Amino acid sequence: MSAPPAAWADTAPRGAVLLTSRIATFCLVELQRMRHDRSELVTRAIQPILWLVIFGKTFSRIKAIPTGQVPYLDYLAPGVIAQSALFIAIFYGIQIIWERDAGVLTKLLVTPTPRVALVAGKAFAAGIRAVTQAVVVLVVAALLGVGLTWNPLRLLAVVVVVVLGAAFFSCLSVTIAGVVLKRDRLMGIGQAVTMPLFFASNALYPVSIMPGWLRVISHANPLTYEVSALRALLLGLPTNLWLDFGVLTGSVVVGICAASALLGRLSR
Amino acid sequence: MPDAIAMSGVSYHFGEQVALSDVDLRVGEGECFGLLGPNGAGKTTAIRLLNTLLPLQDGDIQLFGLDVRRQAMAVRRRLGYVPQQLSIEGALTGRENVAWFARLFDVPRRDRRGRVDEVLEMVDLSDAADRLAATYSGGMVRRLELAQALVNRPALLVLDEPTVGLDPRARDSVWARVQDMQQQYGMTVLLTTHYMEEADELCDRIALMHRGTVRAAGTPQELKDGLGAGSSLEGVFRHYTGDSLTDTKGGLRDVRATRRLG
Repeated sequence: MSAPPAAWADTAPRGAVLLTSRIATFCLVELQRMRHDRSELVTRAIQPILWLVIFGKTFSRIKAIPTGQVPYLDYLAPGVIAQSALFIAIFYGIQIIWERDAGVLTKLLVTPTPRVALVAGKAFAAGIRAVTQAVVVLVVAALLGVGLTWNPLRLLAVVVVVVLGAAFFSCLSVTIAGVVLKRDRLMGIGQAVTMPLFFASNALYPVSIMPGWLRVISHANPLTYEVSALRALLLGLPTNLWLDFGVLTGSVVVGICAASALLGRLSR
Repeated sequence: MPDAIAMSGVSYHFGEQVALSDVDLRVGEGECFGLLGPNGAGKTTAIRLLNTLLPLQDGDIQLFGLDVRRQAMAVRRRLGYVPQQLSIEGALTGRENVAWFARLFDVPRRDRRGRVDEVLEMVDLSDAADRLAATYSGGMVRRLELAQALVNRPALLVLDEPTVGLDPRARDSVWARVQDMQQQYGMTVLLTTHYMEEADELCDRIALMHRGTVRAAGTPQELKDGLGAGSSLEGVFRHYTGDSLTDTKGGLRDVRATRRLG
């Protein structure tokens, strides 16, 4: 075995290559985690299935929500995908606090991984987990007769939207973790912000039927843009996809910067 | 050739609490150097400063001639670090845990699999490598952490109380691996421990720390000889500090814990 220091150490990747490498690494680790615990995939699928089967079917019958020519169940399905991704991502801050308490975060911070890359890696790992959930919801929706697109390019774009949405909300969660520092506090705040984010979006009903004040909030809520993009891609409903992708991408960038800035508080 | 570690005039405080006060320390390449002291002596703070976890407030630290303030990434590439806590990802196998760190240290893809196998074999975990790490005993977890810390072939291996909480057999096993690896790699080892007999046996040189300062430094024999024939390191420590090494009252570990609880 040759002696250190290793010659390759200073020719290691930097910049965008380093960032991409770290994101790929954290996504791979997330896939490995999921492979070892497939039960979570099943348990996490229960809630979206209930939303589609009970809420969706019931509200389709009573026709209480105006969705134009689109059946309410079809209208709801993209909202449930976005909601599933949100519910997965919003608790990633708890994972990082657990990693802090278990000493794993300390070890990660001593690797040649800039904090931005570490947060970005975790954010996109949340996206990977959310995509698996989205696949489950899509299959269930198809089984319930929702008229979804099966165009591979549109489905690829759906994956991108889900990843961006989950990445942003996981960053939001890590940012809150960096402020509150404790798992139980984050649990409370996570629960407190999740439902308002959900209800102040177009996941369940169109923005046009919201009261004015809620409409303003929904326009500032990245979940609205995620749902709009998903509806456009899966159902062909009209939206400004450039705006949706722009808002989601911008939110992810801001989220990564905010979470990275607060990561140091967690490690001290 | 620059020292492996050169700390000069390093001070650090957590709010009003002084953790380190004007610490000077030099560790040569290839040395096994021990930082000894009770809880709150400043050992872990010193380690967290040199491995870039804490921002330097006062003084200078260089690792292999690299400034920890300005060249943090280059410093980290030369480090292997085993923290106090048993800290592995239980939802991954042993092999996946090590491969994770191989990727984070940019071990080239062509070398990665071989390197992971090599360090797992070194810490005697080849047979358990494909089991979930959550099923490992404390001693196995510590050896897995050593494998993680060594997969990038670090120039400096930092071990922060690596045998705390382990039974005597597991402790012996961990130290045997560390000694083997130091001989094979020729790397520098910086360790902290409460156990005097471990330091006496393993370390080329020792620094005795107490309340944020280095009270004495030298080879174990020099320190013992300085106190008189038949002296022990425990006696040396008591001589310099008027305290017992096993004194666990107060200290910065408690400060850190309190900060997290607050």
